[in-house]
Amino acid sequence: MATDMSKINETCSWKDLTEGMQVYEGGTSAQFHTGEWTAVKPEFDAEKCTQCLLCVPVCPDSAIPVSDYKRGDFDYDHCKGCGICVMACKPGAITMKGVKK
Amino acid sequence: MARRDRLSGNEAVSEALRQINPDVMPAFPITPSTEIPQYFSKFVANGQVDTEFIPVESEHSAMSAAIGAEAAGARTLSATSSCGMAYMWEELYIAASNRLPIALALVNRALSGPININCDHSDSMGARDAGWIQIYAENNQEAYDNMVQAFRIAEHKDVRLPIMICQDGFITSHAVENITLLEDEEVKNFVGEYHPEHYMLNPEETMAVGPYSVTNYYMEAKRAQAEGLHNAKRVVKEVADEFAKLSGRQYGWFEEYCMEDAEYAMVLIGSAAGTAKDAVDKLRAEGKKVGLIKIRMFRPFPAAEIAEALKNVKAVALMDRTESYNDHGGPIGAEVMAALYRAKATCEAVNYVYGLGGRDVRVEHIEGVFAELEKAAAEGTDSTYRYMGLRE
Repeated sequence: MATDMSKINETCSWKDLTEGMQVYEGGTSAQFHTGEWTAVKPEFDAEKCTQCLLCVPVCPDSAIPVSDYKRGDFDYDHCKGCGICVMACKPGAITMKGVKK
Repeated sequence: MARRDRLSGNEAVSEALRQINPDVMPAFPITPSTEIPQYFSKFVANGQVDTEFIPVESEHSAMSAAIGAEAAGARTLSATSSCGMAYMWEELYIAASNRLPIALALVNRALSGPININCDHSDSMGARDAGWIQIYAENNQEAYDNMVQAFRIAEHKDVRLPIMICQDGFITSHAVENITLLEDEEVKNFVGEYHPEHYMLNPEETMAVGPYSVTNYYMEAKRAQAEGLHNAKRVVKEVADEFAKLSGRQYGWFEEYCMEDAEYAMVLIGSAAGTAKDAVDKLRAEGKKVGLIKIRMFRPFPAAEIAEALKNVKAVALMDRTESYNDHGGPIGAEVMAALYRAKATCEAVNYVYGLGGRDVRVEHIEGVFAELEKAAAEGTDSTYRYMGLRE
């Protein structure tokens, strides 16, 4: 039986939590905007981007959406601002305050 | 049909594990528990069990591997002692909070330092609030019987918590005793197959174990976990009753020995209870009304029932085989005194620390404690925390 994550919220009783806080459902991170945790965000300059896509696999939060072999702007709902993509971007299309290349 | 054998405590536990035939056993050797994985790996090599034995590089890895295996859906156990358990510390809490019914065959040994390989209870008593069920044995027979019951308790749907099956290092783990074993088929049927409702290797269900809980959820998560330990109390008794029908050996939360009319009592855990029973017999023959309570289940703690069993005593000695370094008393002392306070008891209670690092426990030591109890009941005492068997 899959957990209905929408029924687990900040007002529910301890009796309504799953055993050991286990999650019996996939893709639930879409419901949690962990991007709220950071104050700094990378910025994407589409004109400088060569679509090499080297930034995509290094993103620990899968916050760089790709369609038709091309990356789009960041998914800021899930980007935690680690800055790894800045270091991976050779053409300098990604910049972030506080990250020097 | 039961069969008689002569086995050390480590052999007895290994024999129980062979009969249980668990799925996975990650373990790292440490005295005095080393023989358990040693004997068990022989069963694996001989094809007597189907268990995947993982020779890990440390106890930290042993419990980590156990957590992974149990979450995957495998019946899992490990064995350790002393500093080995200390090195599992982080994982002990993770196993319990993730509600993974892992069994740990713990052979109690002193924690360093000074470095010492002999028995006391500082290892498991240090981990008493880690969320594990704790069951202790007086002798080799109990170590075997407790191991056979372990998974039935831990895996019960209302419990789902890890369990420590503890025995005294060297005193029972290496001493050979006559014991009665169940037949392989009897153990197999008693323990049954492991069918967890949720497990990570289930292709029909996506599952995540051990997610981050923010402040808004953490406290409710802890309360929910405590409910599992609360339920374990009932389940320990139910499993013991069922085991009694199979084996003829009845266990409970604790054993009362000559307590019916006892005026002076002792509460203790483990092998020292055997020596203390001899002392009780001797004092009873002299007409003294003495008795003892041997705790089998320390977590969850049967507080109200122990207070009830002590309701008619004039004085009680609470025996801790660990030094708690709080200038106040040990864990058994603290738990029983709290239980007595809640029961509005008026008996004198004296906490003794004894048997550290394998220090001998002799009948005359126990007699001395009962003599001190008589004095405490008559004259009162200003010392509620003292030592037995210490050179002053």
